[in-house]
Amino acid sequence: MDKIGVLVTHKPLPYLEQELTRRGCRLFRLWESPESRRLEFCRENSSEIRAIVGNSNFGADAATIDALPKLEIVASFSVGLDKVDLPKCKERGIRVTNTPDVLTDDVADLAIGLTISVMRRIPSADKYARSGAWKKGEYTLTTRFSGKRVGILGLGRIGLAIAKRAEAFDCPISYYSRSEKPHPNYTYYSTPVDLASNCDILVVACALTEETRHIVNRAVIDALGPKGVLINIGRGPHVDEPELVAALVEGRLGGAGLDVFENEPHVPEELFALDNVVLVPHVASATIETRTAMADLVLGNLEAHFLKKPLLTAVV
Amino acid sequence: MATTTCTTNTPKIEEKPKVLVLQRINAYFEGVLSPHFDLIKADESSLPIPAFLSTHCRHIRALLVMAPIGTFGSSLLDQLPSLGLIACTSAGVNHIDVDACRKRSVAVTNAGEMFTPDAADHTVGLLVDVLRRVVMADRYVRNGSWMLIGDYPLGSKVSGKRVGIVGLGSIGSHVAKRLTAFGCPISYFSRAPKPNYPSYTYFPNVLDLARESDVLILSCALTDETRNIINRDVMIALGKDGVIINVGRGALIDEPELVRCLKEGVIGGAGLDVFVNEPEVPEELTHMENVVLSDHRAVTTPESFKNVLELAIANLDAFFSGKPVLSPVSC
Repeated sequence: MDKIGVLVTHKPLPYLEQELTRRGCRLFRLWESPESRRLEFCRENSSEIRAIVGNSNFGADAATIDALPKLEIVASFSVGLDKVDLPKCKERGIRVTNTPDVLTDDVADLAIGLTISVMRRIPSADKYARSGAWKKGEYTLTTRFSGKRVGILGLGRIGLAIAKRAEAFDCPISYYSRSEKPHPNYTYYSTPVDLASNCDILVVACALTEETRHIVNRAVIDALGPKGVLINIGRGPHVDEPELVAALVEGRLGGAGLDVFENEPHVPEELFALDNVVLVPHVASATIETRTAMADLVLGNLEAHFLKKPLLTAVV
Repeated sequence: MATTTCTTNTPKIEEKPKVLVLQRINAYFEGVLSPHFDLIKADESSLPIPAFLSTHCRHIRALLVMAPIGTFGSSLLDQLPSLGLIACTSAGVNHIDVDACRKRSVAVTNAGEMFTPDAADHTVGLLVDVLRRVVMADRYVRNGSWMLIGDYPLGSKVSGKRVGIVGLGSIGSHVAKRLTAFGCPISYFSRAPKPNYPSYTYFPNVLDLARESDVLILSCALTDETRNIINRDVMIALGKDGVIINVGRGALIDEPELVRCLKEGVIGGAGLDVFVNEPEVPEELTHMENVVLSDHRAVTTPESFKNVLELAIANLDAFFSGKPVLSPVSC
């Protein structure tokens, strides 16, 4: 990939940066420009930029694509492509790749981990155990996870991996999807509200599209109810965040485990005082093992493209 | 030939069997048990315990022990000459001198499998939270660092980690089932291999288990044999990326050595629900970021308590009816 100009939208994994450089790419570091200057930065370097490495925060929107006439491929360091203007890429003949499968396990692991952490209040247990306030014989009642009904929005790769894990905890599995899937052990519900009415823990595991924006709205939150728990390892905009915050603060929703937010890294401060909420900074794929595998996929896709070989994980 | 004599007295109401309680009993437990049993509460008497026992307890046949605190051994048994059953609502019975009980034909029952799902769940929760840094990441968000500093440092993948279980009993096997769904290969050390679990690899000692594991789960009973079973050699064998999860008893681990090994990077992290001298937590642990600590809450859910009380009632009922108890402790 000698001398190929690659626009990197976010601070990359050191391994990825090293490898791109080692293979001869010329890197243009978009994240180092202030937001207001970013389009200008693209235009200034447009004669060289033939590839974008984007992520879940910044992919390739219409304005960026328009500013880069030599752009041939967008290799996203993510599985979600809500930040890539796919129709525009199709129109321009720009290839788009993502990082499916390699992060499925991590995301599913975290979904279950967040669920247990919320229901058993592990962060506040940790705080309490460190505080010196723990008195002999005192205990805090939390609530059991095993056997609770788990409802999954979206039964794709990640949804299925979550279901597989939850089954090992004897949790009955139900789901909502655009269409029913051939899983006789899992109960299908044709609307998110029906799903939420019939589960104790609702997990968001679908792609973010026009249709699924705010799929978790007031009605779904009400249906989940004061004992229900919401787990979001999808995208912030899947959930109507102000409604979620109000429901948690007012006790109309039992708890939440959130990895994503509508306007990262902003997290509604009203949540900070709640101990029935666990908040993590978009870390569902954030392990050394998985990020390295994601980097390898990005590198593999870029190399395949510039060597005119079939792409590894093309979406467009 | 029996003749029924009518007396002019009111018929004798069947008395509830008497059950001695030496610890303070909470309202919930009392509410569930008192319809079935006449609870003799030592802590409500103005008499000191020895006097209470000699005055009121010569005919007591059953003792209920709730919190696994204190010691229940020969000196107590000597003061309860009619005792036939100690019914515990805990899983662990290391606070009961089981040998002394056996010698006096006093049965001991415990929580059976009632706590198992919650203990197994909490174990998995602690493991994910340690490897994926969930507790520290949650703190990072709440103190504004995500906004100010940026992305949180990477954690370590849970799926596929080699899990070594010390004690493949009820809790250990439920942990194994859960972590199998995370793609973790399971090995174990136990007093003897378990033919029911052919897909799990047996190791004849903890050292070998530690060498071949990324994670050690402690889910065995505390006995003389298992005290300090996790020592420095085991931790060295586990290695610098290794993680220990303890939901058994604090004394399964050489606690000062654990603190040293964590400090020195001999092992990578730990998730601890139990400590040698609860509620004391070694001060150095409270400053570490690669540990997750909890206040012995692996089983404190309403579901567990309801089930364990039902089992205690069933054990006591069986005993008082002369039937075999349901969850005897195996010696």
